Amino acid sequence: MDTFNLLMDGFASALTPMNLLFAFAGVMLGTAVGVLPGIGPAMAVALLLPVTYGMETSSALIMFAGIYYGGMYGGSTTSILLNTPGESATVITAIEGHKMAKAGRAAQALATAAIGSFIAGTIGTALLVTIAPFVVKFAVSIGDPSYFAIMVLALITVTAVLGSSKIRGFASLGLGLAIGLVGADPVTAQDRLTFGIPTLVDGLDIVVVAVAIFAIGEALWIAAHLRTTPAKTIPVGTPWMGKEDWKRSWKPWLRGTAFGFPFGALPAGGAEVPTFLSYVTEKKLSKHPEEFGHGAIEGVAGPEAANNASAAGTLTPMLALGLPTNATAAVMLAFLMMKGIQPGPLLFENEPELVWALIASLFIGNTLLLLINLPLAPMWAKLLKIPRPFLYAGILFFATLGAFSVNMQAMDLWMLLLIGLLGFALRRFGLPVLPLILGVIICPMAEVRLRKTFQLSNGDISGLWSEPLAVGIYILIAVLLSLPLWIALFRRLRGKPAVSEDAIAIDHIEVPSDEAGAGSNQPTNTSGLKGSDKK
Amino acid sequence: MTIVVGYIPSPEGEAALDRAIVEAQRSGSRLVVVNSSKGDQLVDDKLLDAREFHLLDERLASAGIDFWIERSSQGSDAAENILHVAEAQRAELIVIGLRKRTSIGKFILGSTAQRIILQAHCPVLSVKVNSGW
Repeated sequence: MDTFNLLMDGFASALTPMNLLFAFAGVMLGTAVGVLPGIGPAMAVALLLPVTYGMETSSALIMFAGIYYGGMYGGSTTSILLNTPGESATVITAIEGHKMAKAGRAAQALATAAIGSFIAGTIGTALLVTIAPFVVKFAVSIGDPSYFAIMVLALITVTAVLGSSKIRGFASLGLGLAIGLVGADPVTAQDRLTFGIPTLVDGLDIVVVAVAIFAIGEALWIAAHLRTTPAKTIPVGTPWMGKEDWKRSWKPWLRGTAFGFPFGALPAGGAEVPTFLSYVTEKKLSKHPEEFGHGAIEGVAGPEAANNASAAGTLTPMLALGLPTNATAAVMLAFLMMKGIQPGPLLFENEPELVWALIASLFIGNTLLLLINLPLAPMWAKLLKIPRPFLYAGILFFATLGAFSVNMQAMDLWMLLLIGLLGFALRRFGLPVLPLILGVIICPMAEVRLRKTFQLSNGDISGLWSEPLAVGIYILIAVLLSLPLWIALFRRLRGKPAVSEDAIAIDHIEVPSDEAGAGSNQPTNTSGLKGSDKK
Repeated sequence: MTIVVGYIPSPEGEAALDRAIVEAQRSGSRLVVVNSSKGDQLVDDKLLDAREFHLLDERLASAGIDFWIERSSQGSDAAENILHVAEAQRAELIVIGLRKRTSIGKFILGSTAQRIILQAHCPVLSVKVNSGW
């Protein structure tokens, strides 16, 4: 019961009035940025990084956790009311949720999403508490070659398996790794990619990169597409559910959680696959299959639960292995490194108060979200009426201030602008943002592991596969990468068309072309979304 | 001759439109309804959608007047739009609806009605929601 005691200690430190206030601020801010398409929790956390210099690490982390969960919740509100998924994980929610809203059942859709998120988030966090210590025990025992292999696995899966276009994904990953390499070589201290500029020897500050890619890139993109025909609001009352809705929702909630957590907890991450699986399962198991496509409540309840459970699951590799698999977790990890805390398996041992306060605050944040979101849903919908010039002027201001305050160097502002233009180019050419950010953050960590591996093997390349676990992971990577080929081959042998029925279902979502691929948190568009993008 | 009315789907907009229809019927003028949005908000209820446009179309047709509906979802703000249309049509009258605004709100955001009244080259009739007594 050691874990339980640690968790209780975590609650004790998270429940101080000051930290509760930060948790509250976090969930409010998180929901707000989640509601606004294009402004995700990752951007919010990146913009707040400089503000948190003077704050207690645990307070800041508690606030970030609130933003993380709040963003998940807010995204579903926009999906349901506007049919504009704020992030890729809520694409599936939009299919049924928006149909429900159009049929005048917006209140029920929002309610099942909120309560489902709460249940899935709570169960997911509980699973995180149980599983994380085991992962840590396992992670401490593995060597550098295996660790490097796991990082490669995470990068490959995020890039190749989740994205719509593998080439675009790898292009983005390559850019990220290149940015991550800037600075002095960790072993030989040679300058790399510094172009003779002395300030680049320390490497690019992760805050500058994150703020530039998320905030500046997005602001430029919106500025280029500002004048669009606005959408109409769907009137919402306070969310509520009838008896029938409860009866039809609770099983999808639990099944969605079961899908979501394992996928999130794998160092492959991503909420897309589990939400999609959950949707397909609910469609098969439902007693009202004819309602699917016309606003079935199961189709909102299941994927929403899967989405939040996977959000909780994602924190497992982030805390236990120091390996983030989504953008928000990546920026949170950057925050830990900024504070001089070494992420990785030793985090639980070295900083137990911090970790357990964070986990306790996840429970608290989840409860707060349910309490404030059920009555406040109509207010969140009003946020969409803010004229965007005001909004993005504010974002640009904070972005510039933040990037400058990191090192107080004018050079950083130029870098901000330059990488911001890169962020704009990513959106312009449909490159996902997530592989780039993960590349920047994981690159230095992976490099250290790689160099150690080679030092152990005296520079022999066979050192890479000197551990059985590493060999297993490389085989897994090979299987994952060749999976589409196998599926295509299998289909051809059976004489079936290559496009499945479910892929067509996603095509029905209408995403305004300026939103598709533009979301800061929407790097991994499904193929259906890209299809509508080209219209 | 032409009467220009600024219209958005709100009580003030309705009041202005009602009055403008009466004026157009009385003088036999052509009525130009201007509905616009800057298009910088993600969600905007001020702009008529296809259904509302159709309903407005029917309503004006049944009022027995000559009319035209200007609908623009992009670009300049409402005051500029109305003034521009009024000038182009050589309007004899502009009808607008007034809403209550605090002085601070006016200071920060400005007042569309004030700009129209000050800059128009023709008489401006401003209507309040509860103008009847």
